[in-house]
Amino acid sequence: MTRFNAFSLLKNALSGNKNWTEQWPDSQPKDEYDVIIVGAGGHGLGAAYYLATQHGITNIAVIDKGWLGGGNTGRNTTIIRSNYLYDESARLFDHAVDLWQDLSQELNYNVMYSNRGVLMLAHNVHDVQSFKRHVHSNRLNGVDNRWLTTEECKEYCPPLNISPNARYPVMGGALQQRAGTARHDAVAWGYARGAAARGVDIIQNCPVTAIRRNADGSVAGVETGKGFIKAKKVAVSAAGHTSVVMETAGVRLPLESYPLQALVSEPVKPIFPCVVMSNAVHAYISQSDKGELVIGSGTDQYTSYSQRGGLPLIEHTVAAITEVFPIFNRMRMLRKWAGIVDVTPDRSAIISKTPVSGLYVNCGWGTGGFKATPGAAHTFAWTIAKDEPHPINAPFTIDRFRTGRLIDEAAAAAVAH
Amino acid sequence: MLLIHCPYCNETLPEAEFTYAGQAHIVRAEDPSSQSDDQWEEFLFIRANVKGPHYERWRHFHGCGRYFNAVRDTVSDKFLTTYEAGAPRPDLASLTEGQK
Repeated sequence: MTRFNAFSLLKNALSGNKNWTEQWPDSQPKDEYDVIIVGAGGHGLGAAYYLATQHGITNIAVIDKGWLGGGNTGRNTTIIRSNYLYDESARLFDHAVDLWQDLSQELNYNVMYSNRGVLMLAHNVHDVQSFKRHVHSNRLNGVDNRWLTTEECKEYCPPLNISPNARYPVMGGALQQRAGTARHDAVAWGYARGAAARGVDIIQNCPVTAIRRNADGSVAGVETGKGFIKAKKVAVSAAGHTSVVMETAGVRLPLESYPLQALVSEPVKPIFPCVVMSNAVHAYISQSDKGELVIGSGTDQYTSYSQRGGLPLIEHTVAAITEVFPIFNRMRMLRKWAGIVDVTPDRSAIISKTPVSGLYVNCGWGTGGFKATPGAAHTFAWTIAKDEPHPINAPFTIDRFRTGRLIDEAAAAAVAH
Repeated sequence: MLLIHCPYCNETLPEAEFTYAGQAHIVRAEDPSSQSDDQWEEFLFIRANVKGPHYERWRHFHGCGRYFNAVRDTVSDKFLTTYEAGAPRPDLASLTEGQK
């Protein structure tokens, strides 16, 4: 692996950029690994990276049925924030935001983290009360979040329509200044490059068809498209397909998989300086460095594994965007897509050991897994290496659905994830 | 947009008239106080989440307002059949045969 620095960039520029070495090899599976991670998205590759760098475990394979970063890592709207209501969530997501700050330096790979601020708009009295409660709760947890008046919102985001006659009047907003966006593909690539440099095998286009168990119940390895691979530990980080994979090990999870849609516009010059989320009308928007408006929509109402989603949701989202930002009402949309997200009943993630010895799972991120990538990967690696959870992910067990100790962000937070 | 057949109205109508109501054939225990924590977890939270034919409930919200059951393939989103609530679970083999 060539380290990126000013000297190597200059040297390669002078030789026509023809001498760069490959960033990670296209590995073929060995017979046996210490740890097999199922799913080569940001979470899975990140876990491999932290296992290698912080826990000294390098005999690892990360296996994916497609290409790395081709699932939800490459399909989300790249929003990063940590203004969650409950203590457990605030700690987990703020841990991720802490890691985002210098992730580019850590990985020697530019993930283009931009803390341009995430502004959540309040359109009615309930929104105002709920968001102010969030601001107070966040500040008690040491999470950056503050209240902006209508005029301050307009100043922070000039394209906003704050007319009192607007269909969705802006009554203020909650601004997390430290929040922002990052380049989603670069996160997967950076972790992949860092992990591969330390000896991790990244095996693409190789579906894991089943998890095999020993006679004593512990995990034995995985059946794949390229044959059986033995493993001491198996860690599943397969987003919308987690329950399908885990079922083969006899573990049933409280998950349902829904398509979550997003769309982008034609690229234009810089017009949109921040990220704006309007939960009441379901409109999330930012502008990518390429110039496209990146717009997040909602989940379809029915469970599905088709990465398409229905058009009624797109229509609803675009209608809301053009009301809140009339400046965009003649923008043309280029494409839309969906990713399959695994949703838990309490809308909080699971980073946990399982009833099967040697089997671990990181799932249930629903519609908001990208922002947590470094934090989830870091605590998941800890859980795999030490066979016990990190204090930050300790509340996010599978067990909570039996004990009733839920982390109920869905009902109380009134935020999209 | 999905086109959904309401077995009560006997019409095939756009998805916008319907609301999804989760997995079908989940039966609440006759005697709730006898249930263990594991059984409550199973009843409340654990779902099949199958990749393939899925038994599920829909409600004809902007029509007759009634709940009915459906079998839909969650890979293609095609409905294999819809049937009235309370009717027995249709045999999967006969449904998929009809599709071919």
